[in-house]
Amino acid sequence: MDFVAVTAFGIVYTIATLILLALGLAVIFGMMGVINLAQAEFLMVGAYTVLIVTAHGASVWVGIAVAPVVVGLLGLVIERTIIRFLYGRILDTMLATWGLSLGLVGLVTLVFGPTTEGIATPLGHVTVGEYRLSVYSVFVILMAFAVLGLTYGLFNYTRFGLVARATMQNPNMVSALGVNPARVYMGTFAFGAALAGLGGGVMAPLTGVVPTLGLAFIAKIFITVIVGGPVILLGTTTAGVVLGLVESLVSYGSTPIYGQVAMLAFAIILLRLLPQGISGFWRRGV
Amino acid sequence: MTAWALWAVAVAVVAALPAVLSPFQIVQLTVFMIYSLLALSLDLIWGFGGILSFGQAAFFGVGGYVYGIVGINSGSTTLALIAGVAGAAGLAALLGYFTFYGRVGSMYFAVITLTVTLILHQVMGTTADPRYAVGQARLGGYNGMTNIPSLALEVPGRAPLTLDPVQLFYVVGGLLLLVLALTRALVRGSFGRVLAAIREDELRTELLGYDPRWRKLVTFAISGSIAGLAGGLFAGWGNFMNPQVFSMFQSALVVIWVMVGGRSTLYGAVVGTLVVQSLTNYLGTASVTYTTVALGTALVVIVLLFPRGLVPAIEGAVRRVSGRRPPAPEFAR
Repeated sequence: MDFVAVTAFGIVYTIATLILLALGLAVIFGMMGVINLAQAEFLMVGAYTVLIVTAHGASVWVGIAVAPVVVGLLGLVIERTIIRFLYGRILDTMLATWGLSLGLVGLVTLVFGPTTEGIATPLGHVTVGEYRLSVYSVFVILMAFAVLGLTYGLFNYTRFGLVARATMQNPNMVSALGVNPARVYMGTFAFGAALAGLGGGVMAPLTGVVPTLGLAFIAKIFITVIVGGPVILLGTTTAGVVLGLVESLVSYGSTPIYGQVAMLAFAIILLRLLPQGISGFWRRGV
Repeated sequence: MTAWALWAVAVAVVAALPAVLSPFQIVQLTVFMIYSLLALSLDLIWGFGGILSFGQAAFFGVGGYVYGIVGINSGSTTLALIAGVAGAAGLAALLGYFTFYGRVGSMYFAVITLTVTLILHQVMGTTADPRYAVGQARLGGYNGMTNIPSLALEVPGRAPLTLDPVQLFYVVGGLLLLVLALTRALVRGSFGRVLAAIREDELRTELLGYDPRWRKLVTFAISGSIAGLAGGLFAGWGNFMNPQVFSMFQSALVVIWVMVGGRSTLYGAVVGTLVVQSLTNYLGTASVTYTTVALGTALVVIVLLFPRGLVPAIEGAVRRVSGRRPPAPEFAR
């Protein structure tokens, strides 16, 4: 019984981390259509922010609060200097953000060195039968669903969300109604970056912090958003549930690496069957 | 007949170089030419098919690993090279089937190929344990696969003759020119014309009765096999393969070679590779980190300032200065 509970907890945890990490990309890639290959480096910068804050004596919680602000500002600068020249040029955007990704990894390696730094995981453990569970994992799960809820609320129930969604659909019309689309793009990109910073910050105590941190996640989060399809937030969430389930089940049976391979293979076959992603299938059904 | 003259010059240059250069330079140039093959494979699918693949490094790596596995187990490097090409082509065809027949969009395709490469990187990295071996060949994890046999000339009935550096240079140079000629013939023939039509307007081409999925699949498999050939030659050149060939860095490098040389020319891919690699060598390999930063910056700058590629931009500038008519406008992607 305890084993079942702990395994179920592990599966929910895998799903939650996938959603938490993919959410920023869902906004930037899913909504805005910007293929940002530097997204994983946004996670990495978020993790380093937590590392720096804790190294200066503040608590992990302060670091997690600061991370989205730092990465959001970074996203703002990147949008103004690079991305805004490339809207509509999808492949060029990919290449430029790829260069950005290499550059950021290189710069962080130069400054902090290539070693993995640990951050002590706060909150300790609880015992479930013979097993010990980290309370911080519970925090990660709650955080993932809280952030998901907030993002959903922001885009569906606020004026900013309404304007942002309208701009993504028809920038000319929005412009005619007196809103500057360039500023909406800027704000949405920065918001997506901030989400990534938050995700990276929350995960930092669990993964350790290293310049190549993003590599472990970039493949996963892109696949999650692509499989999610056109209904961005709900699609990404569903894809996170399905793919997280596949990954964690295979991981329990073999090793985490094979879990990732199985997840990727599953995703590619799924895209063969549902080319529009999971939520594209819903739309056709309706 | 200037085209024939150019080919004759290219053959003559390759033939004459070993007489002029030092043995070390010959060995270096051999690997640059192997990389040129890899860049050529990307230009075929990207420049002519209009499909950006980030996975060429994956086919390169698979070609190399298969060459190593077959070469160590069978002892025949010819067989190994063929197996390497076939392995890479097979992977490309499999991937192409799922993506093209699933009608996955071009940007999704790029992301999926990148994902496959990164996953291969991680999977090959976990094979350090001795039990991960195919026959005699140990995969070796991040330490890499060692003792891969050098490319040898195998005539039935005689003992295999391992190629010395100059002979290897001639073999690689000959293969490069051959592949260049074959791909050129492919893109200029009727197949290539339909391919260009698909690149320009897929729906319209399909309505004219051509099957774009099949043609994209074939092109991608050919491109994968060229990358696999390059990988096999690389393994036979260095006797060594490690998962770094599947890294982001390596994948980015292939794209940069083609971007510098300019897309849709084939020869541009070769020129771009030679220029970038010579520069990298000249700047020194003191620190991989600095090279990474420089590479990343180069990529951003080229995309922002010279979206058509560095060599075409220089060509255009020269034409403008010399007052000749501008080149024909580039096809929209």
